[in-house]
Amino acid sequence: MSKRRIGVYICHCGGNISDYVDVEKVRRAVEEEGDVVVAKTTLFACSDSAQQEMMEDIREKGLDAIVIASCSPKLHLFTFRSMAQRAGLNPYQYVHVNLREQDSWTHTDDPEGATEKAIKLVRAGIRKARLSRPLQPLRVQTERAALIIGGGISGLRAALALADMGIHVFLIEKSESLGGWVARFKSLYPSNRDGQELINSLVERARGNERITIFTEASLVEKSGVVGDFKVKIKVKGEELTLKVGAIIVSTGFEEYSPSEGEFGYGLEGVVTLSAFKAMVENSRGSVKFNGKEVSSVAYIYCVGSRQNEGNTYCSRYCCNATLHTALMASELSPSLRQFHIYRDIRTYGKNELLYESASKKGSVFVKYSPEAPPSVVRENGRLVVKVRDLLTDGEELEIPVDLVVLVTGMVPPQERELLEVLKLPVGRDGFFNEIHPKLRPVETVIDGVFIAGAAQGPKNSYEAVASALAASAKVAGLVLKGYAELEPQVASVDEEKCEWCGKCLEACPYSAFERVEYRGKEVARVIEALCKGCGGCVPACPADAIDVKGYEDVAIREMIDGLLEEKK
Amino acid sequence: MEREAKGAEGFRPKILVFSTNNISDLGIDLAGSMHMHYPPTVYVISVPCSSGIKPGWILYAIERGFDGVFIAADGTDCPYLEDCTARTARITGEAQNLLKERGFNPMRVKMAAICSVCAEPFVNHMKNFYSALEKLGPSRKGEVSDEV
Repeated sequence: MSKRRIGVYICHCGGNISDYVDVEKVRRAVEEEGDVVVAKTTLFACSDSAQQEMMEDIREKGLDAIVIASCSPKLHLFTFRSMAQRAGLNPYQYVHVNLREQDSWTHTDDPEGATEKAIKLVRAGIRKARLSRPLQPLRVQTERAALIIGGGISGLRAALALADMGIHVFLIEKSESLGGWVARFKSLYPSNRDGQELINSLVERARGNERITIFTEASLVEKSGVVGDFKVKIKVKGEELTLKVGAIIVSTGFEEYSPSEGEFGYGLEGVVTLSAFKAMVENSRGSVKFNGKEVSSVAYIYCVGSRQNEGNTYCSRYCCNATLHTALMASELSPSLRQFHIYRDIRTYGKNELLYESASKKGSVFVKYSPEAPPSVVRENGRLVVKVRDLLTDGEELEIPVDLVVLVTGMVPPQERELLEVLKLPVGRDGFFNEIHPKLRPVETVIDGVFIAGAAQGPKNSYEAVASALAASAKVAGLVLKGYAELEPQVASVDEEKCEWCGKCLEACPYSAFERVEYRGKEVARVIEALCKGCGGCVPACPADAIDVKGYEDVAIREMIDGLLEEKK
Repeated sequence: MEREAKGAEGFRPKILVFSTNNISDLGIDLAGSMHMHYPPTVYVISVPCSSGIKPGWILYAIERGFDGVFIAADGTDCPYLEDCTARTARITGEAQNLLKERGFNPMRVKMAAICSVCAEPFVNHMKNFYSALEKLGPSRKGEVSDEV
C-alpha cells in the first residue's frame, strides 16, 4: 500500500472527554502508528482556532487523510467535513471517531478502561483513514417547492416566508379549517392580541398568494425520492394527489394533556382544564360565569400532566404564563374574584415575569405544594374544596372552598401514527419530534430535507413557534434555492472482475439501483448511483462477494476489526 | 494468539457491536449522554444499515479475537428497507452457521433491534451479553464439536 500522510486530532471536549480519558496517553499511543504524520490533542476540535490549526496542518504537512476523535459524528461530522474541504482535503478522507457518547460519557466509572478503549477506537479510525479514497458527492436538481404539514400558526407563517422567497408551497391541514390552537384564543399573551384576528390575517395573505396552494382535510400518505427531489402523495378529501417538492416542514403542533377521571377531581362538576376556563373568561360578559352562575372564587392547580415522575417528565413551559395571563383577564372582568394559584414552581420566564407581578398585585394568592404531597380536590356539602399543604407557611394544611378548579394542563404530542410511519422521523422520549441538535441544528431532522417547526418539536408558545417556523423556512430556502442538493457519495459499487451477473443484487434492492451492462465480453451489474441509498442491503446478497459500499468496504471493516483488537505495549 | 494465556479469572469479554448510522447509533449515543454504564470492552463499528453486514465479518471478528458480536439492528425503524428485520435475522443466522462450522459457539452472535432512543435496552443487552460471554469463556476454535 502506498504511503499515506495522516493527521490525528484527539479532542478534550473541554473536559467532557479528557476528564475520563487520558487524551495525552491516547495521543502518545497512536503517534507512532504507520503513516501518522501528526498527532495532537486539542481543547475543542470544533472551535475556530482548532479548525484553523487543522487546516494549516493539512496544507503545510500535505495531509491526505485525517482522524478526529471527538464527540458523536451526529454533531460535528459535517463541521469537520466542511473544514477538510476548505483546506483542500476531500471530505471523505476524514474519519470521525466517537470518544464522547460512546466512550468517556458511558465509562465515567472506569477511566482506565475508557482510555484503553479510546486508543483502540483511534487505531481503528487510523486504519480506516489509511484506506480512505476521495469521493465526489452526487448532485440532484432541487424542486423549488415545499410541502408544509399542519396549518396552524407555524405552518402558515412558514408558508408565507417561503412564498416571499419565491418558493411554491403546498400547505396541507388535516382539519377543515386553518389556524390550529391560536385561532381558538381571543387573547394571546403577552400582547393581548386576538388569536382569531391574527390567524385571519395570515390566512388571507396565504390565500391571496399565488405561490401558496392550501389543502384542508388533507394528509400525507406516501413519500419517496431524495432530499431536494421528493415525490409525495397526499390524500385530500378522499382523493389522492401526487406532488413534487424539494423539502418538507412538519408543523403538526400539539394536543392538550387530557387529565384522567379523578385526577385532581377531574370529572367533578366545576373542575375544568385551562383551555376550557380561558374560553369561559373570553366568552363571559360582565363577570366570569360558569353555567350561567357568577364565579366568586377559583383555584388553579399547576403542573397537571407535566413534570411527572413517569409519563410526561417535561415542563410544558407555556402554562404558567398562560394561566397568569388568564387570571389577569378574569380579574379585569370580575375585580372581586378570589384567585388561588396552587403551584409547584412558577416559571414565568423572560418578560412574562411581569404577568406574575401584576397578578400578585391584583390579589392573586400563591400556595406552593410539594410534588410528594400534591393537592386533592373533593366536593363537600355541595362545594368544591381544594386541600393542600402550603410549603410557604411551613406546611400548614389548607382547605380552600372554591366555585371552580382549573387544572393547568400541559402539551402532549399529537397521535399521528400514520404520519410517523410515512416520514420515519425519530421522536424523543417525550414523544415530540427530535431535532438533530438543540443548539447547532435545531430545526433539522435526521431525515435529510425534512424539517420541524413549532410545537411539533416540543412545548412552545406562539411566538416561539413562529421563530422556529421561520428558522425552518430559512433552512428550506437554503436547500431548494441553490438549485441542487448533494447526496452522499457513499453508495454501492461493483467489482466488475468478480461479478458474473446473477441478478441477486437487483433482487435485494428495493430501489432498483442496479442495471445489467456489458463488461469485457461478459454481463455484469452496475450501480445506478442516483438511485442507490448506500444501505448495503445488496452486499451480503452477492454470492461473488463483488459489492462494497464506499467508505464501508470489506477490507475497511476487517482492518477496523484488527485495529480494535491490536494489543501493543 | 495470546488469548490462551488468559485464565478464566480476569477474563473481560470483548464485544464488537455492529451499529447503524441512522438508528441504533443514536440509541447508543443516548446511553452515553445519559451517562449509563456498560463495560468498556464494548466497541462499536457503524455501518449504514444492519442488513448490509456480511456474515463473514462476524466470523472474522470472532476468529481474530472478539468474544462476541452484537448486531444492533435497525428493526422496523430502518429508513431503507421494509424487511430489514428479516434480512438482519438471516445474516445473523448465517453467521451462526459459519461459527458452528468453524468450531465456535453460535451463542457468540446476538442480534436485537435498537431504536434511536433505546438507550436502556442497549445497556441491558450489553450487560446480559457480557455476563453470558463470561460464562462461555474466551472464544476459541473447537469450543463446540459440530465441526464438519
